[in-house]
Amino acid sequence: MDHQPTVRSTWKRPPLLLTNTLWRRLIYSGALIYLVLAVQTVEVDWQRVYLGLERGWRFIEGFLVPDFTTRWRDIHEGLIESLTITLTSTVAGILISVPIGIGAARNLAPAPVYLACRGIITLSRSFQEIIIAILLVAMFGFGPFAGFLTLAFATIGFLSKLLAEEIESCDRSQIEAIRATGASWWQVVNYSVQPQVMPRLVGLSLYRLDINFRESAVIGIVGAGGIGATLNTAIDRYEYDSAGAILILIIAIVLVVEYSSSYIRRWVQ
Amino acid sequence: MLKLENVSKTYKTGDKALQGIRFEVPAGQVVGLIGPSGAGKSSLIRCINRLVEPTAGSILLGDTDLTRLNGRSLRQARRRIGMIFQEYALVERLTVMENVLSGRLGYVPAWRSFLRRYSPEDIGQAFALLEKVGLADHYNKRADALSGGQRQRVGIARALEQNPELLLVDEPTASLDPKTSRQIMRLIRGACQERSLPAIINIHDVMLAQQFSDRIIGLRNGEVVFDGAPDELTNEVLTRIYGDEDWTQLRGQESSEESTDGSSDAPSVDLAEGV
Repeated sequence: MDHQPTVRSTWKRPPLLLTNTLWRRLIYSGALIYLVLAVQTVEVDWQRVYLGLERGWRFIEGFLVPDFTTRWRDIHEGLIESLTITLTSTVAGILISVPIGIGAARNLAPAPVYLACRGIITLSRSFQEIIIAILLVAMFGFGPFAGFLTLAFATIGFLSKLLAEEIESCDRSQIEAIRATGASWWQVVNYSVQPQVMPRLVGLSLYRLDINFRESAVIGIVGAGGIGATLNTAIDRYEYDSAGAILILIIAIVLVVEYSSSYIRRWVQ
Repeated sequence: MLKLENVSKTYKTGDKALQGIRFEVPAGQVVGLIGPSGAGKSSLIRCINRLVEPTAGSILLGDTDLTRLNGRSLRQARRRIGMIFQEYALVERLTVMENVLSGRLGYVPAWRSFLRRYSPEDIGQAFALLEKVGLADHYNKRADALSGGQRQRVGIARALEQNPELLLVDEPTASLDPKTSRQIMRLIRGACQERSLPAIINIHDVMLAQQFSDRIIGLRNGEVVFDGAPDELTNEVLTRIYGDEDWTQLRGQESSEESTDGSSDAPSVDLAEGV
């Protein structure tokens, strides 16, 4: 009976990892138990949460009744400073990250250049903006210059990496065709790689502009100038209405950048 | 004109793509290179312009041994060799004109090509070639706005813009319909005759190869297993190149489709004429 050839009608997708059923069950249930125990160790001081609710509410009230006028001079200065930091650091970052991105693309760069450029990218990406900002504020003092350097440095890691990946996924036949005409390396980059990656490079740069503006508000808190410094001062003084006004302005600017960048991106396709 | 001596290619994986290839192509001869997928056709033509590095042997174009070149001298040799690609390999986001002018890249300094400032002769020749391939009005269109057949015409114009001494053609009709395929082959063949340009055309379609080549080279497992005139391609030869298949039946279908006067008693000769 058992050996009769029967038509199988059950099928289960084989597990991709942990093919041993016993081990799979052990590991999954172990992970679940750990999660439950870990959640239990989190101590919540409900008394403190209750007190905090009131403060939080004051903050929200300030947000609902934003005060643009009292601190307008500070806000105005901070915004201009932030926008300056954003624009200059993004432009500087793009100018530096294009050659690094090309150098970090396997299909264009020889091995030593590739490794060096990948090293720079890894270095830039392994530190969070705030840590870099703290370091650079310590080195160059409070103010927008530290902010500019921080964001330019962070832009390099972001943009070079994504540009390098875009170059590596270029259509090889187009590169081959240009090489076959006897074109030099620069001409191959200009005629076959650049047309393929340009829309993406523009899109990424605009995206980074948007990120840099938001980051400029954050790194201002650690002393790197801009609207973040103004925001920090306002919160320190319990002026939640001014802080609310600043937050609203940040959100508005991010929205404007977002919409205009999606418009430009469609236009360069 | 072009002379291959003992050309071999072994890939890093150990695959022997080509073994001891030797043949000569005189000026003006159109060679159809046929063989099953993976036989090394594509590797062979890419060894000639060194998009693939041959492991052994020598390739002479005129007096130059292409296998010994490096850097600048290799680029100078490449500009003497025009190449037409499978799936066209046009730079999609560039205009038709830029694609054709890219055939001059080997002759033009980088700053000029960057600014698109080509000499009047180069531009004049590009317009003339576009006229010749029937795309005179499309020069400012982006390459990805063209149809398949039109794109391959641009590919041909780009290769001819180089004023090449040799044409390498890799599966030029792979994704084109039968009629367009024939137009493209006719265009390539016409250009070769006009300029007495030798060409190696790597092609899957045996009937097309027979119709448009002066000579057929059959490749199997990286070795030349046939080298002769198109009408010497008998069923026995096809079996040697591709393996067992009912060739008579395949030919029968083709000829009944295409030929109108049914003189089917000499199929192998008739085919070359009938299409």
